[in-house]
Amino acid sequence: MEIKQLFQEIASSAGVSGYEDKISAQLQAACPWADEFRRDTLGNLIMLKRGKAEPGKKVPRVMLAAHMDEIGLIITKIEKDGFLRFSTIGGFDQRVLLGQEVTVHGRRELRGVIGAKPPHIQKPDEQKKAVKMEDLFIDIGFDSAEAVEELVGIGDLATINQKARALQGSFVAGKAFDDRAGVAAILECFKALDSLNFSAEVYGVATVQEEVGLRGAITSTYGIVPDIGIAIDVGFGDSPGLPEWQTIKLSGGPAIGLGPHVHPALHRRMVDTAKEWRIPYSIDPSPYPGGTDAYAIQVTQAGIPTILLSIPLRYMHTPIETLDYDDVKNTGRLMALFIAGLDNEFVEGLTCF
Amino acid sequence: MLLKQLTEACGAPGQEGEVRALIRSEVAPYVDEVRTDALGNLIAVKNPTSSGPKVMLAAHMDEVALMILGIEKNGYLRFRPIGGIDPRVLVAKAVLVGEKKIPGVIGSKPIHLQKPEERERPISIDDLLIDIGAKSQEEAEKLVKLGDCAYFATSYEEFGQDKVKAKALDDRVGCALLIELLKDSWEFPLYAAFTVQEEVGLRGAGVAAYQVQPDIALVFEGTTASDVPETEPHMRSTSVGKGPALTVMDRSVIPHPPLVRELIELAQRQGIPYQIRRSNTGGTDAGQIQLTAGGTKAAVISVPCRYIHSAASVMNKQDFTNALKLARAYLQSLQERKGEQ
Amino acid sequence: MKDIIRTLTEAFGPSGYEGPVRDLIAGMIQSRVDEISTDVMGNLIAVKRGSSPEGKKIMFSAHADEIGIVVTHIDDNGFLRFTNVGGLSVETLIGNRVRFESGLIGVIYREKGELKDLALDKLYIDIGAESKEDAESKVRIGEFAIIHREFTDLGNRMTAKSMDDRIGCAILVQAIMELGDSPHTLFFVFSSQEEVGLRGARTSAYTINPDLGIALDVTLTGDVPEGPRMAVALGKGAAIKVKDSSMITHPKVKSFLAKLAAEGGIPHQFEVLERGGTDAGAIHLTRDGILAGTISIPCRYVHTASEMVDMRDVRACVDLVKAVATADLTALLEN
Repeated sequence: MEIKQLFQEIASSAGVSGYEDKISAQLQAACPWADEFRRDTLGNLIMLKRGKAEPGKKVPRVMLAAHMDEIGLIITKIEKDGFLRFSTIGGFDQRVLLGQEVTVHGRRELRGVIGAKPPHIQKPDEQKKAVKMEDLFIDIGFDSAEAVEELVGIGDLATINQKARALQGSFVAGKAFDDRAGVAAILECFKALDSLNFSAEVYGVATVQEEVGLRGAITSTYGIVPDIGIAIDVGFGDSPGLPEWQTIKLSGGPAIGLGPHVHPALHRRMVDTAKEWRIPYSIDPSPYPGGTDAYAIQVTQAGIPTILLSIPLRYMHTPIETLDYDDVKNTGRLMALFIAGLDNEFVEGLTCF
Repeated sequence: MLLKQLTEACGAPGQEGEVRALIRSEVAPYVDEVRTDALGNLIAVKNPTSSGPKVMLAAHMDEVALMILGIEKNGYLRFRPIGGIDPRVLVAKAVLVGEKKIPGVIGSKPIHLQKPEERERPISIDDLLIDIGAKSQEEAEKLVKLGDCAYFATSYEEFGQDKVKAKALDDRVGCALLIELLKDSWEFPLYAAFTVQEEVGLRGAGVAAYQVQPDIALVFEGTTASDVPETEPHMRSTSVGKGPALTVMDRSVIPHPPLVRELIELAQRQGIPYQIRRSNTGGTDAGQIQLTAGGTKAAVISVPCRYIHSAASVMNKQDFTNALKLARAYLQSLQERKGEQ
Repeated sequence: MKDIIRTLTEAFGPSGYEGPVRDLIAGMIQSRVDEISTDVMGNLIAVKRGSSPEGKKIMFSAHADEIGIVVTHIDDNGFLRFTNVGGLSVETLIGNRVRFESGLIGVIYREKGELKDLALDKLYIDIGAESKEDAESKVRIGEFAIIHREFTDLGNRMTAKSMDDRIGCAILVQAIMELGDSPHTLFFVFSSQEEVGLRGARTSAYTINPDLGIALDVTLTGDVPEGPRMAVALGKGAAIKVKDSSMITHPKVKSFLAKLAAEGGIPHQFEVLERGGTDAGAIHLTRDGILAGTISIPCRYVHTASEMVDMRDVRACVDLVKAVATADLTALLEN
């Protein structure tokens, strides 16, 4: 299956933080470019791709990390009349939830709608305000708690229904592109490495639970201890209402990170690689090192030289996230060429400041 | 003068190069090893092969600064703080941008053209720009690039009664204390970690501690002194001139109570003035160091500084001297106990 | 068991100063465990060696520390100013009493002013001192204190301060008393400094590196007037945690605990906590990841002087801990 197709399929599947098994299974089944697969204790999917090297010779160990979890909803209470109260897993703009169609993953998959008090019985000042999360509920069409309790338990999950859909050209829209687009970029990288000479050991990790605290990155990095960590996540794409200097242009390739979370030599080498191979890119400076797996990778054990690549994405954390798939492809290609250019000497120099 | 050089050097989180080079040249003659790690921490070691206890001293090299995130068509620079800076201290300050220290100013609308209500509200950081005098984007791009940092253009000065005015006293005072302690002779393994990226989440310290795995850790900081008008006595976290401050609790750590008691008793016995840091907010490298691997005993000794994280902070030289005395007394007592064993 | 709960909830042990609680617990369990020690962070660790060479390592963790206050200032008239240790709500303090390790008692009150402006820096403690010197002879700046309240038995329910998490400690103590042999090596950690960031659990989990970690801690309930929108209620059994701010319980662990409870006839319920964390939050992220879960004790009025639990839920938690301690972990641990 083409990676772009696989990307749309995994984006359309449900894989909320802590419950990424289905995504893991889909990836493992559809990825012919890795030599070995392993799942660690928290559920991170680790795909190992080995380069060509003399047996026994030390080679650079590179970790690529993109998170496969998405934000979602969790059932906290079943009301007397069958409505479901919920909380969120990960950061939701609650204004996006009202009126969305959801799937409740109970004993079976149930269709639901997110509702609130109808506007015409709200007081005038209520109508002016955004509906609070605690005033929302999911209506699964059942009329009593007894009927519901057969099918739904406290702690069951719900996800917004949205299938990925193609827009004009190579643009695509859907849910969970944050960060299944990054996972797709890892696959694109693996595929590109098949046509290159490289010696490194590459660990492509589809991490879990990034949205609730970079948790998968913390433990997977500890288990791999790479020489170099490359985190691939999405960045704020250009769109109306956002000043240019705070966003990344779509269709301009990956944004190469710059800031305390990025090792300066890795930044320089990544930019040089992009220039040499004419891969479109932009620079993404950030004074704030957090918010992606890079933050966790960098401070593992004795410290890991780390870099962040961002795929520009519009409407982040909504069911209609939008990107240019060519940016995903270019991110994959850039990483492959970067990896192919690595040698032990460069890696050893990374602890020299 | 060491503190002058240290505070005038520029080093934002992740860009500590100038400070690191300065410290390295200062400590090299006094230590057995100097090395750096993947994040840029500088670790200087005395007596690595001696028997214990293994002591780690820490101070952070980075200072809060402003990172350039955009260059406008008209040559002005867009920025955001790297580390915590109250935006209200920024307007009408002079800065130095990037490695080449290009001079600039942070400007805003002149008072004459502002409405009275405007003057009541703080200026939003999105309305602040750095002006380096460039007339166009192209001209600006020849001098500065995205990711460069701008620093307050403050020079070190001694003034008033025993006071020092400088930028980045937080935490170049800590670095200066470590350097002085390295100049003494000690018989136990001593690891001085000049850490990176403290201001953006205590990032370097845990990584350094993982490499060292100390038995005891002392962290040296510049901490808020709030002994100024409009502050009630019980809100004065520390006061300048009352001696080094010992932390009993902050957001990142509850320092090892027996170690803190020991420091207090030492101070009392030797007549070294000291104070207890009263605020429970803020965090230091001790928070990360204490939680490394199976845990370690950690304490924090701070020099009180007024107006930290702004252009000009102020400290009392006696507090620095007394902090050094207290640290020396503690290391001396460790030495004596080791001798007895 | 109520005596154990009374003794532990009335003890002094704010974060960082858990000594008295450690001493009490050690006294209770010494004769029933193979090893007992205190580590550098102040965690009390008791070990019961397993009887089988194929036995696994299980870490149970209940935190010994409670929230409290720390003295920041003694004013010219002998009144004390203070700030918080762990999560304290201002409105629960007024009119309450504090107790220092020395036994000294103080009353908390507030400056005159609008209730809506109430903040910690507007409160003070009155220890009945008649001057600054009088106060300074009894208490120091930097000294920690706890909220002072006695345990009360209400029948099926009990109320006391620091049910969070002395009830968890009591459950582990009781389990140790009742447990016979187990194939597995059991580490009972009475952890330090949970209330200020799960700190003791983090370092002890690193050292122990168990195959499975289970935290015992309180959770909120939804069964009070205009209460939180939660399904958890007193009297419905041990709460198996699905999610809180510190951890999303691995589905395998959730099913494992649910199955054990169902098979053992142990009353249980499921819990989603909007805000709050437990030691399991630190344990599961240790090294390259550890399977972990939390058995929660439903508790009303958490972080006040009168936290309330139900004895039937407590009994269910003890039974579930014993079931975990002797369970076959093969299926759970296979990858």
